[in-house]
Amino acid sequence: MAHPHPLTEAEVRLAETVRIEGARILATLIRTVGDLQLAEDAVQEATIAALRDWPVSGPPENPRAWLTVAARRKAIDIIRREGLRAGKEREGTELMDLSSSELSESVVHDDQLRLIFTCCHPALAMEARVALALRTLCGLSTEEVAAALLTSEAAMAKRLTRTRQKITQASIPYRIPSPAELPRRLAAVCAVVHSLYTSGHTRLSGERLVDIDVCAEAVRLARLLLRLLPDAPEPPGLLALLLLTEARRPARLNAQGEVTLLADQDRELWDTSAIAEGLAWLAVSLERSAGIADPCQLQAAMAAQHAIAPTAADTDWAEIVRLYDLLLSVQPTNRAAALGRAVAVAEAHGPPAGLAALDALSDRDHRWQAIRAELLARVRRFDEAAREMRRSLAATLPAPERAHRLHRIAQWSTPGV
Amino acid sequence: MPLYAALLYTPDLDWSAPEQAGWMALYRTFHDEADKHVRGGNALGQTSTATVVRVLGARGGEVVVSDGPYAETKEVLSGFYLLECADLDEAIAIASTIPAAWHGAVEVRPVLQMGNQ
Repeated sequence: MAHPHPLTEAEVRLAETVRIEGARILATLIRTVGDLQLAEDAVQEATIAALRDWPVSGPPENPRAWLTVAARRKAIDIIRREGLRAGKEREGTELMDLSSSELSESVVHDDQLRLIFTCCHPALAMEARVALALRTLCGLSTEEVAAALLTSEAAMAKRLTRTRQKITQASIPYRIPSPAELPRRLAAVCAVVHSLYTSGHTRLSGERLVDIDVCAEAVRLARLLLRLLPDAPEPPGLLALLLLTEARRPARLNAQGEVTLLADQDRELWDTSAIAEGLAWLAVSLERSAGIADPCQLQAAMAAQHAIAPTAADTDWAEIVRLYDLLLSVQPTNRAAALGRAVAVAEAHGPPAGLAALDALSDRDHRWQAIRAELLARVRRFDEAAREMRRSLAATLPAPERAHRLHRIAQWSTPGV
Repeated sequence: MPLYAALLYTPDLDWSAPEQAGWMALYRTFHDEADKHVRGGNALGQTSTATVVRVLGARGGEVVVSDGPYAETKEVLSGFYLLECADLDEAIAIASTIPAAWHGAVEVRPVLQMGNQ
């Protein structure tokens, strides 16, 4: 979001409180008014009022209660103003019956889960789920969601509108799945949060556009999920994966903003407390699932292998290959995993073995080309490496990634490298 | 309660042929089990029996008739049901018991309730 002046720390904290509390209230409001858009509008109006009034009058004693009352009033206003149909009017009166400003913890708890499972419903496209999660679960404005996902505000508004329409028209329920459905649905939720994290992580390697830390939002959602479903095996696995990846973030870009490969990262910069917490949650998760690993746990286990290796040379690549094999056995169409496996094979058994693993793949995008180029260079086939890397530039790439690949081509094209 | 159209996409087969008796028996089972949700529907003739009709310009324009289905695809629209369900989750649960779901795919679409809200 564009600000006319840099925000003070107090203003940032205030905005944060308003955003997070607003998202919390939204979940209950959606259930009581039965309409996603209306509830979103009401919460947005309430948060705008809070951001306008609180800096002047000072924040209320109980910001949560203030926002709850304000959002409910705004919802009733909208229902009246727009003369909405009888059903919503009735629900509007129910809304007024919820007159205590403090909603019970268990009500909010269940509503938050309902919202999570609705936003992450498998009937919605993955991009739609990620966008809706940012909008509703993280309480970002449409403008911020657009910036976070590198698209225009108009395109994002359209996508969100279409998603809300699908939820309404197709009657996607606002409900916590039954215990029988829960594992499958929870896997879908974890995939959304992971995808959210990855989109933030990728963006860090592109031009820095916004002050929204999507990675931190994903970690926050993983923690929320863990709090809401304290006994399920999936949330600790998800949180472990995010923390173990997040731990490496300080070492991921060099001072020039260029991507530093895992092997070249300064491991001193890794966040050891995030690693320790990630390893602990991974252990909890594996214990709960009785050793049957889901994709999140497998990826967390791979991240753990990197995290515990004191140097890049100490990495147990054979174990990582084994984990990739397990991942591909449950997700045979996971392209990123197939590529990751080829890299791990090259590390464990030498570049020719890695090249053979790559050549066995039929899906050959720019990542495949870039990895093949690196492996060709390792066996000193520099001409072929440069040619393969040049082919990979046909794709749309974040600026630092493109710069990195051009740099490699230049290195390989210089005689005597 | 919401209404959903379940559009059945399967290989292009003649459902009245004796060799499809096995599938027909599975559809009868589906009918028996999902009876309270099924508001209509039927199997369609093969795409070789399909006719596409277009009117050029606007109403009253030249009628252009051509043979074949609207879209040439490997799996074809071969039947449909109208299902009454509480919500999409129930519609998905019912759709997953339609034999076409493992003989191809079932597309579930909400039926718009025009003008009767």
